[in-house]
Amino acid sequence: MRKMIRPCGLHCIKINHLGVTLGGQEILKDINLHIHCGSLNAVIGRNGAGKSTLIRAILNDIPHTGNIEFKDRENGRIQKLKMGYVPQSMNVEKQTPVSVYDMIAAYQSSAPVFLMRGSKIRQKILEHLRIFEADYLIDKQVCNLSGGEQQRVLLSMALMDSPNLLLLDEPVSGIDQNGMDLFYKTIYHLKENYDLAVILISHDLDYVRRYADQAILIDQTVLKQGSVKEVFGSREFAQVFQYGKGET
Amino acid sequence: MSMFSWLHYDFMKYAFLAILIITPLFGVMGTMIVNNKMAFFSDALGHSALTGIAVGVVFGVNDTNISMVVFAVVFALLLNQISSKVAASTDTVISVFSSFSIAIGLAILSKGGNFSKYSSILVGDILSITPLELWYLLVILLVTVLFWLIGFNKLLAVSLNRTLAKSRHISVAWMENLFAVLTALIVMLSIKWVGILIINALLILPAASSRNISENMREYHFFSILFSMFSGNVGLIISYYVNVATGPTIVILASIIYFITYWWGRRNHI
Repeated sequence: MRKMIRPCGLHCIKINHLGVTLGGQEILKDINLHIHCGSLNAVIGRNGAGKSTLIRAILNDIPHTGNIEFKDRENGRIQKLKMGYVPQSMNVEKQTPVSVYDMIAAYQSSAPVFLMRGSKIRQKILEHLRIFEADYLIDKQVCNLSGGEQQRVLLSMALMDSPNLLLLDEPVSGIDQNGMDLFYKTIYHLKENYDLAVILISHDLDYVRRYADQAILIDQTVLKQGSVKEVFGSREFAQVFQYGKGET
Repeated sequence: MSMFSWLHYDFMKYAFLAILIITPLFGVMGTMIVNNKMAFFSDALGHSALTGIAVGVVFGVNDTNISMVVFAVVFALLLNQISSKVAASTDTVISVFSSFSIAIGLAILSKGGNFSKYSSILVGDILSITPLELWYLLVILLVTVLFWLIGFNKLLAVSLNRTLAKSRHISVAWMENLFAVLTALIVMLSIKWVGILIINALLILPAASSRNISENMREYHFFSILFSMFSGNVGLIISYYVNVATGPTIVILASIIYFITYWWGRRNHI
C-alpha cells in the first residue's frame, strides 16, 4: 500500500495566465492560481462560470493558453506534475457488464480485461479500494453501485498513481446527505495524510465553509481567491451569491 | 455420416469456414459497438457499401471491393469527425450523411435500370464465397484479435470516460478512429456474404444477448462469441436443409437467443 506521507507543505503548483476559448467564445481568461500541497481548494461560482472548464483545462483535455508549473518551494526545481482526476460519474448505463475490476484495470493495466484477470493488478486494486473501505465492491458491476460507492471507487483509482494534485468534481446526483458528509470527510482525510493538493469543484457552500482551506471564486476569471473566511466575507462573493443562498 | 453430408460440397465447406471466421469476429466487435452505442453507426456503414460500389463503377474500378473498403473507411472517419464537431445529436448527424450517401449510391447504380445487377448485396450469399476471400477474412480476424489484445483496455477506458482517459495519456481520438476504421473494414469484407439488410443484426444481437446475462468483460466476450458462433453454425446447417437464405436464418436464431437471455437475465436480476 502507498505510504502515508504527511504533507510537507513545500511543493506548490502554479497556474499562470490560463485561458480557454471554445468556438470563438472566451470561457476563461487570465486565471492565476497558487496551490500548496496539503491544501483543499474549493472552486466556487455560479452555474456556467467555467468551473468544469477550468478542471478540464488543467487536465489538458481542452486546448488552453497559459501554463502550469509544479515547483519545489525550497530550491525552485520544476518537477513533473502527476494529476489524479475524479469525474462526477462514469459512462455506464444499467446492464453495462463492466465490473469495478474491469474499470480500474482498463485505466491502470495493459493486461487485456476481456481475456484474463491479472492477480497482481487485482491485488493492487484491492489495496487501494481498502483505503476507502470499498474492497468488497471489486466484482460488482459499476452501474449497480450507489453514488457514494462509485465515488469511493473512483477516488481509489485516482490515488493509484500517487498524484501530486487531485482534481475532483463534487458529485451532485445519486448521493445523499450522509454520502456527502462521508465524501468530504474522505477528501479531508486524504489531504491531511497524503502528500497532495486537492482542487474541488463544489456546489455546496456549506461544505466548503466546513472543510476547505482555500476558496477560489470564479466567473470567467478569478474574482476572489484566499482563505474561506476571506472569500466568503468579500464583496465579490456577496454579488455572485446574492440570490439563492447556499446553492450555486 | 449423413448428418454431415452437406460438407461434401465445396461451396458448403467454404461457407462453413467463412462462418467459423466471421462469427467470432462479429461477436468480438459487437461488444464494443454495443457498449459505445454505435449500432446506428455500424448500420450506416453497412448501407454505405452501395455507395462504395457506385463510386467504383463511376471511376471504372474493376474490383469494387476496393472502392467499397476505401469509401467505407473515409465515410467512417468523416462521421467520427463530424459528430464530434457538430452540435446536433450523433444519431441525427449519422442519419443525414447515411441517407445522403445511400441516395447517391442508389441513383448511380439505378441509372439505365441496372440496379437488379447489384441487388444480391442486399441479402448476401455466403455460399458464393471463394478461398481467396476466405483468406481476406482470416487476415482481418487476426488484425482484430491483435488490436483487441493491445488496445482493448484503452478502448474501454475511452468508452467509460473520455476526460479520465485523456488525463491518463490515452489518445482518445486515435482509439476512436482506429475502432471506426476496423469496424468499416470488417463490415465491408463481410457484407457480400451476409447482406446489407442484416449485417447489423449479426454485429449487435450476440453482444446484446450477452449483455443480458454478463456481469464483467470476460463473461461479456465469452457469451457474445459463443452466441455468435452458435447461431452462425446452426443457422448455416438449418438453412441448408430447409433451403432458405443463410443470413436470415442466422439472425432468427440470434434473435431467439436474445429473447431467452433477456428473460433469463430478468429472472436472475443481472
